[in-house]
Amino acid sequence: MSEEEKYILQVKDLHTSFFTENGEVQAVNGVNFNLRPGETMGIVGESGSGKSVTAYSIMQILAATGKVTKGEILFKGENILGWNEKKMEKFRGKNISIIFQDPMTSLNPTFSIGYQLIEAVRLHTDKTKKQAYDRAVEMLKLVGVNEPEVRMRQYPHELSGGMRQRIMIAMSLCCEPDVLIADEPTTALDVTIQAQILELMQSLQKKLGMAIIIVTHDLGVIASMCDEIMVMYGGRVCERGNADDIFYRPAHEYTKGLLRSIPRADNMNEKLVPIGGTPINMLNLPEGCAFCPRCANAMKICLHQKPDEIAVGQGHRAACFMNIKEAFEEKEGE
Amino acid sequence: MAKYIVKRVVMAIVAFIIVSAITFFVMNLIPGGPFTSEKAMSKEVIATLNKRYGLDKPVGVQYFNYMKNFLHGDWGISLKTQRAIWPDLRSRFGVSAKLGVSALILALILGIIFGSIQALTRNKWPDRVLVVLTTLGTAIPSFVLATLLMLLFCMQLQLIPVWDVNHPNFILPVISLAVYPMAYITRLTKTSMLDALNQDYITTARAKGVPKLKVIFVHALRNALIPVITYVGPEFAYIITGSMVIESIFTIPGLGTMFVQSINNRDYPYIMAVTIFLALLMIIANLITDILYKIIDPRITFE
Repeated sequence: MSEEEKYILQVKDLHTSFFTENGEVQAVNGVNFNLRPGETMGIVGESGSGKSVTAYSIMQILAATGKVTKGEILFKGENILGWNEKKMEKFRGKNISIIFQDPMTSLNPTFSIGYQLIEAVRLHTDKTKKQAYDRAVEMLKLVGVNEPEVRMRQYPHELSGGMRQRIMIAMSLCCEPDVLIADEPTTALDVTIQAQILELMQSLQKKLGMAIIIVTHDLGVIASMCDEIMVMYGGRVCERGNADDIFYRPAHEYTKGLLRSIPRADNMNEKLVPIGGTPINMLNLPEGCAFCPRCANAMKICLHQKPDEIAVGQGHRAACFMNIKEAFEEKEGE
Repeated sequence: MAKYIVKRVVMAIVAFIIVSAITFFVMNLIPGGPFTSEKAMSKEVIATLNKRYGLDKPVGVQYFNYMKNFLHGDWGISLKTQRAIWPDLRSRFGVSAKLGVSALILALILGIIFGSIQALTRNKWPDRVLVVLTTLGTAIPSFVLATLLMLLFCMQLQLIPVWDVNHPNFILPVISLAVYPMAYITRLTKTSMLDALNQDYITTARAKGVPKLKVIFVHALRNALIPVITYVGPEFAYIITGSMVIESIFTIPGLGTMFVQSINNRDYPYIMAVTIFLALLMIIANLITDILYKIIDPRITFE
């Protein structure tokens, strides 16, 4: 099996910009990642880090002003950026699905749950209305919605947030896609419901075998379920590795800062340290490392040169010059 | 729903009584009477006529008698023509309604299409052209437009014949009537469509793989139509009862001209008939609007 075929989805040097009245907002600047079938990847970052835009770029559902300016998105080795709209319509929902942050607004308020589910089924299959109805009911049962036949007749406003997110999941998985993108799937939900939804996604992954990309600003939420975590800042990947790498051996100053700002169960007395400064202005990206203006350990080189990702462990990479410095110091110390 | 409709019907009856009473008393308060314009009439003749039509009785009694007859299905007799009002009203309403319905359908279809085009081509040339046209459409008074259209198509180009009772040609009156609501519906649709297209559920629909046109004309339009319905409901009742201006310009024997004429003639029963008819239509149109709301937007509850 060649390298290309091993992956279900590959993103290579993705650049996405929004062309606004104030100028070009470079939301994503050279993101790379590979996703294997059945794998779970987490993308973590603060607002404006480009994590959701990366997800939207893969689906080609950017706002009208947004455009992928450079790079490749390979699905099973084929670059989907070259596809026309017709082919993309067949692709969305069938091969890759997405669920969104706010289940309260993600379902159309003027159509019944049944209509919206049946539509999703029939868009990508030759099923009759009756068969599609049965499939929709089956999916509702699968995502743990009680009384599915009743829900089919109901409208979104008659259901709770957690229930609606379950329905969104049912809708996104009814054509058994290879990849499910979850864009902050639990942010708008109660804490107790958050856990339920994440558990549901994991159990469905076991049953249906799809890969999951989970986008979030909350490291804690996804730590336990991801095979790989990618930390983003300023539209670039600053660190990637498994959960242990990120939590116990962070190698990028931003990741370290992020971890210092999260309360930990094992050390509740420790004071939380926020990351100083404000998120960068995406209209006017710095010449060097995007995190440099907020970094306590910034060096001269950080101002002028963008750091490349450097391997700091097995499958653990970070884009930070500190690692080279440390490597040098270690070498000198030997 | 059934409870709501019963409540609405009760409210409609109350509204109907109020409208008819106000019209009847105000109409009688205005100086003059149906027979004052005829000059060479002696006082005795007028008194006899008043007595014959029951106009000598107190206004309250007259109102009571009128309503009693009306509830028995008697719309009265025109004081001017001495003919039964209902057949005349019906045929005039037929003409006005045909004009009005055609105009409103034209306005709805074009308005929704133009509005959608504007929303989709925002700040590009089709949007800008339509902005100018819809502004003109809402600004030009219908009598100016009707006169211009008639000058151009009937006189200069001689493409369309002038209205003739025996060979009615609806094109120009319908256009004159349709332009304002069309421009208005276009603007409403544009605003609400822009709003709908920015909603999360549109992104969901796109992400599901719904084809672009279906996203716009099914998922977005259904939500965008709610403000349009609010406008079209009462406008429907208004437009089918005829426009005095358009009907006068094209000399169309419709309800609009008759309403004004009956007031000038102090033709009391005719004024009452037209007012009641219009009120009933308005009440029914509003009721239908409310029910349509519920069909289009299930979030609306009738409480």
